[in-house]
Amino acid sequence: MGNNFYLTNAARFVLLVLAQVLVFNNLNFFGSINPMVYVLFLYWYPIKENRAYFLIMSFLLGLFIDLFSDTLALNAAATVTIAYLRPTIMRFCFGVNYEFQSFKLSNTTNVQQITFLALLILIHHIIFFSLEIFSLSNLLLILKKILTTGLATFIVCLLFRTLFSVRKN
Amino acid sequence: MQQIINFIIRYKNLLLYLLLLIISLGFTINAHSYHRSRFLNSANWVSGSIFQTSDNITTYFQLGAENKKLLEENRKLRLLLSNRQIKDTVAIDSASLHYKIIAGRVIKNSYANPRNYITIDKGEDQGIGEDMGVITATGILGIIENTSANFSTVQSILNIKSNINAKIKNTNHFGSLVWNAKDYNTVQLMDIPRLVQLNIGDTIVTGAMSSIFPENIPIGVIKKFDLNVQKSFYSIDVALFNDMTGIKNIYVINNLERPEIKALESETKNGQ
Repeated sequence: MGNNFYLTNAARFVLLVLAQVLVFNNLNFFGSINPMVYVLFLYWYPIKENRAYFLIMSFLLGLFIDLFSDTLALNAAATVTIAYLRPTIMRFCFGVNYEFQSFKLSNTTNVQQITFLALLILIHHIIFFSLEIFSLSNLLLILKKILTTGLATFIVCLLFRTLFSVRKN
Repeated sequence: MQQIINFIIRYKNLLLYLLLLIISLGFTINAHSYHRSRFLNSANWVSGSIFQTSDNITTYFQLGAENKKLLEENRKLRLLLSNRQIKDTVAIDSASLHYKIIAGRVIKNSYANPRNYITIDKGEDQGIGEDMGVITATGILGIIENTSANFSTVQSILNIKSNINAKIKNTNHFGSLVWNAKDYNTVQLMDIPRLVQLNIGDTIVTGAMSSIFPENIPIGVIKKFDLNVQKSFYSIDVALFNDMTGIKNIYVINNLERPEIKALESETKNGQ
């Protein structure tokens, strides 16, 4: 498990950063919608792992995206926040099951998984766009961006999730 | 002591989270207040090389369109040249040049955020420095903000921090050009006094007040104008000449007199 685990995560990290900055940052659906697919890293990350390590990985992921897209450290702030909140969100989505040692993401229902993904994206986008625009007078613009980009991210993430689903029978 | 250690162990994840959050907010707020002390920008070796590689591949597919644009620019310049009255060759004395022009290429463009930055493939080694103006064949693009050895980032005019001196062509009424983050084809010209006669379709060009751009570089045309809340100044929507979504070839303008102007300005400030 050990070696394979680091390799998978490193590959996922690099590929998601490249996909985000080279493809998804240039999509510009309807002029301004760029889905943030790298959130999937937090969705796919193993559950029972060292939390401190997970926080640092998420921070670095956000920081790399920032480095490429000139967004100060907004992605880092948003990503590290959802990384910290992830156990809470999981407990909310999966209920008591989450507490068991044998808990696996693939054992839960589709609805639970999709709710989990949607909550991650929603919180991430709320933090990202509030910090990016950072003014109450533009509340409408912030809400519009959260809704449109959030929806796009959600759809693309769902597609990716189906495309790269891990089947272990 | 024991209790402090217990506390740290118990809340180590929360503390780590807060630390990382504060670091990232620090980067963000730092860049809000200081104009150019950004640590995180795409003018660095890692992102620069990756964008360059990706650009080398994608540019290949746009060669036809780019050639057409260059041909059109050459045609305009030839038209100017052949209609000049002076028949003989014009000697250019390099000692009396006011501006130096460096040609470059955009390797990363963005126009969907409130703060848009463009990365170009020329840097300090090619003579680029902070606060140089960047234009295209059709209009202005922005101002150089961060540089590394071989790459630079340009603060696009589509950036809520951008503030450029502009005026109405053939008049001396100038204002500042800003962007409200709404539409990437439209920027706003503020502070034009109410008494000025405006028409839809008037051309907006760069003003003479800035030492970054030469005067009379085209920006766009007036699309719509309203009086502001105080009813004393116009707020004008300007439709840009540049198509900000498909920029490839750019020129960086280095005003050779700028250091002198800056030195003089700071001296005057200190004297007060």
